[in-house]
Amino acid sequence: MIERFRSGRRTAARTVRALPQGQEREREEGERAARAGGMRPLPARGEPEFREEKPLSQTRLIWRRFRRHKLGMAGAGVVLFLFFLAAFAEFLGPYGPGAEHRRFSYAPPTPIRLFHEGKFVGPFVYGIQRTRDPVTFETIYTEDRTKIYPIKLFVRGDPYKLLGLFETNIHLFGTGEPPDSPGQVFLFGTDIWGRDLFTRTLIGGRISLLIGPASVLIALLLGSFFGGISGYFGRWVDMFLQRVLEVLQSFPTLPLLLALSAILPPNLPNWARVVGIVLIFGGIGWTGLARVLRGQFLALREVEFTLAARAMGASSLRIIFKHLLPNTMSYLIVSATLAIPGLIIAEATLSFLGLGIQEPLTSWGELLNDAQDTAVLRNYPWLIIPGIFIVVAVLAFNFMGDALRDAVDPHARR
Amino acid sequence: MFGYIVRRTLYMIPTLIAVSFVSFLMLLLYERYTGTYVDQFRFNPTVSEETVERLERSLGLDLPWYERYLKWIAGVFLFTDAIDPVTGERWRVWSLEPVRIPFTPWEIRLPVWRPYFGESFQYQRSVTDMLVQYLPYTILMTVPVFLFIWIVAIPIGIYSATHQYSVGDHALTFLGFLGLSIPNFFLALVIIYVLSGPLDVGQYCWDRPDVGKYCLGVGGIFYEKYIGLGGVWPWQWNWGKFLDYLWHLWPVILVLGTSSLAGLIRIMRGQLLDILGSNYVQTARAKGLRERVVIWKHAVRNAINPMISIFGQSLQFLISGALVTAIVLNIPTVELLYYQSLLNKDEYLILTILTFFAVVLLLGNLLADVLLALVDPRIRYD
Repeated sequence: MIERFRSGRRTAARTVRALPQGQEREREEGERAARAGGMRPLPARGEPEFREEKPLSQTRLIWRRFRRHKLGMAGAGVVLFLFFLAAFAEFLGPYGPGAEHRRFSYAPPTPIRLFHEGKFVGPFVYGIQRTRDPVTFETIYTEDRTKIYPIKLFVRGDPYKLLGLFETNIHLFGTGEPPDSPGQVFLFGTDIWGRDLFTRTLIGGRISLLIGPASVLIALLLGSFFGGISGYFGRWVDMFLQRVLEVLQSFPTLPLLLALSAILPPNLPNWARVVGIVLIFGGIGWTGLARVLRGQFLALREVEFTLAARAMGASSLRIIFKHLLPNTMSYLIVSATLAIPGLIIAEATLSFLGLGIQEPLTSWGELLNDAQDTAVLRNYPWLIIPGIFIVVAVLAFNFMGDALRDAVDPHARR
Repeated sequence: MFGYIVRRTLYMIPTLIAVSFVSFLMLLLYERYTGTYVDQFRFNPTVSEETVERLERSLGLDLPWYERYLKWIAGVFLFTDAIDPVTGERWRVWSLEPVRIPFTPWEIRLPVWRPYFGESFQYQRSVTDMLVQYLPYTILMTVPVFLFIWIVAIPIGIYSATHQYSVGDHALTFLGFLGLSIPNFFLALVIIYVLSGPLDVGQYCWDRPDVGKYCLGVGGIFYEKYIGLGGVWPWQWNWGKFLDYLWHLWPVILVLGTSSLAGLIRIMRGQLLDILGSNYVQTARAKGLRERVVIWKHAVRNAINPMISIFGQSLQFLISGALVTAIVLNIPTVELLYYQSLLNKDEYLILTILTFFAVVLLLGNLLADVLLALVDPRIRYD
């Protein structure tokens, strides 16, 4: 996608668009000159000079500015890490996502210990002991300090398919005990059915992290298509699309999302539900994008290179997709990145209310759905842990998007 | 200006009709896939077939879809109450079986436009009644949040811009991002947990002269004994009810405020930075004006304008945010009513509330445009 910046058209637009170049530009040029002069040998005689003058590509420039942004880099690192966690969720988590331990319903997080009776024995857990409160008949979990269950690496457990390809049953860590043994390691505790919250949080990350980018892609397609034709053709097409946008933007987002996701039939297969939600998010998200793109297209339509292309007999579609759209690409990429955190929150909110992702699928918001009841939340506070993942992911995406915006357009301060 | 406002208001009507039509189409799809309101009784062995059919007929759900929509639209625009010429009784001719409406003395018996939005299936009351009951809570909940975010965001934005890249700026920016990144419902859950779990505020009780035993609580907007005491509106309250309101208000402000605050601060900061870098600010400084005057009279006055155009968008955020917050904190706002009626498939209630939201958003945009023209003399609408 970014490769298109290398075309000459980009340079033309850049001079048109951003004339007041500030210190940033000067510094860039200074660095480039220093590189050319200091690090490389002077051009040999007879070698054409323009090889040395070859500027850094737009992608490289953006990447260089992005790298300087520490918070942005940290955000990008966290995002990559979260994607890694989600991709290898079954391997990293000690249990299968649906594996139930009925004896350990609402078990609190298991503390991992290193010292047994004052002696260092490496990481291990004590057995979980189940007792009842004699007064309230509440189930209470305590540690049985008599026996230790060492935590082993690469233990065999519930079977799964790694990355959906390789059938295996090896998990990164675990006690390797059968499901009804007291030696279990629940890092984040369990839910009402005794399912390991840690594994489920990692698995839930898949849908939470995928829905954002996927719906942004759809919103980008719709937004650039409708915004493009609206801005390019103008007149009645523009008039009509503007009215449609006006109606769509008169709906508040969340109520509209609720209504649309309520439409999804309850007996849909899993994949169709996810696709449906992605389509809903994409179908709502394109309006703001289309509005800005329309403005940019209205301006770009009058620029010389468009006129030249038209004079050479290029078709409208060709002008839109080959000449105009690449010039708005930087805006598109940035706004796409900045839209993702909002979408993650929206998905979490919908699933939290029980209208988005539903069992047996899981996402961070769906996991929090269990904590909706105040009494449950009060007694089993570990159910709130998936929410921390939402906050971290959204924060990381926000920092990344912010840094990307600064990198793509260093002169826009907002 | 007046002409402009009238034109914009008239212009809203077709948009609103389109909004209600789109909403109705969504409702039809919803009912097609998950059944209508009466379908939930069909598999109920205690409800007979005839009852279901009578219910369906009386609710008008047996009519074709366009008739249902036209009936609603006609109810909104036409005079729907008929007055019996002989007895002077008012009749509602809208439903299949006309209903006699009790005459209330303060109602003017002229053919005034009295929009009728249909009946709620679930609550057996007119939608207008329902709205009137729930709307005060929305106002009580949203207006303080609105004031809070605007009063807090602008000074913080100014501070961030005038102290760019300082420790304070970085800290505020980070806090802003954090507020932006915490989903409303999650923050509400955390507050509920902290108040009910570790702090356990429910155990703090004492005697109040007006309600007797009073305990601190989480969620809602009033302590249960205060709900019936005095009216809904602040001028009908006593001091105890006011304190109780404040106690229930701060979680709402925290939950709703943080998410909108961050965006406003960043916009204010960016605008002010743009203006502080412009030539006329440099000129003002060169003239030897005091920094305070430069910032407040020259820069801030101009940086405020774009903020006003954002006014409309912040309403959008507030409605979405209030929906989740009201559900988690259990506050009977219009947003909560919308959510419940969506689950109940309460057709006309959903339709009316969605259109009502659209009215609020459109009016907000109009208000923003008008305010902008009042603040900025360069902008004129003719």
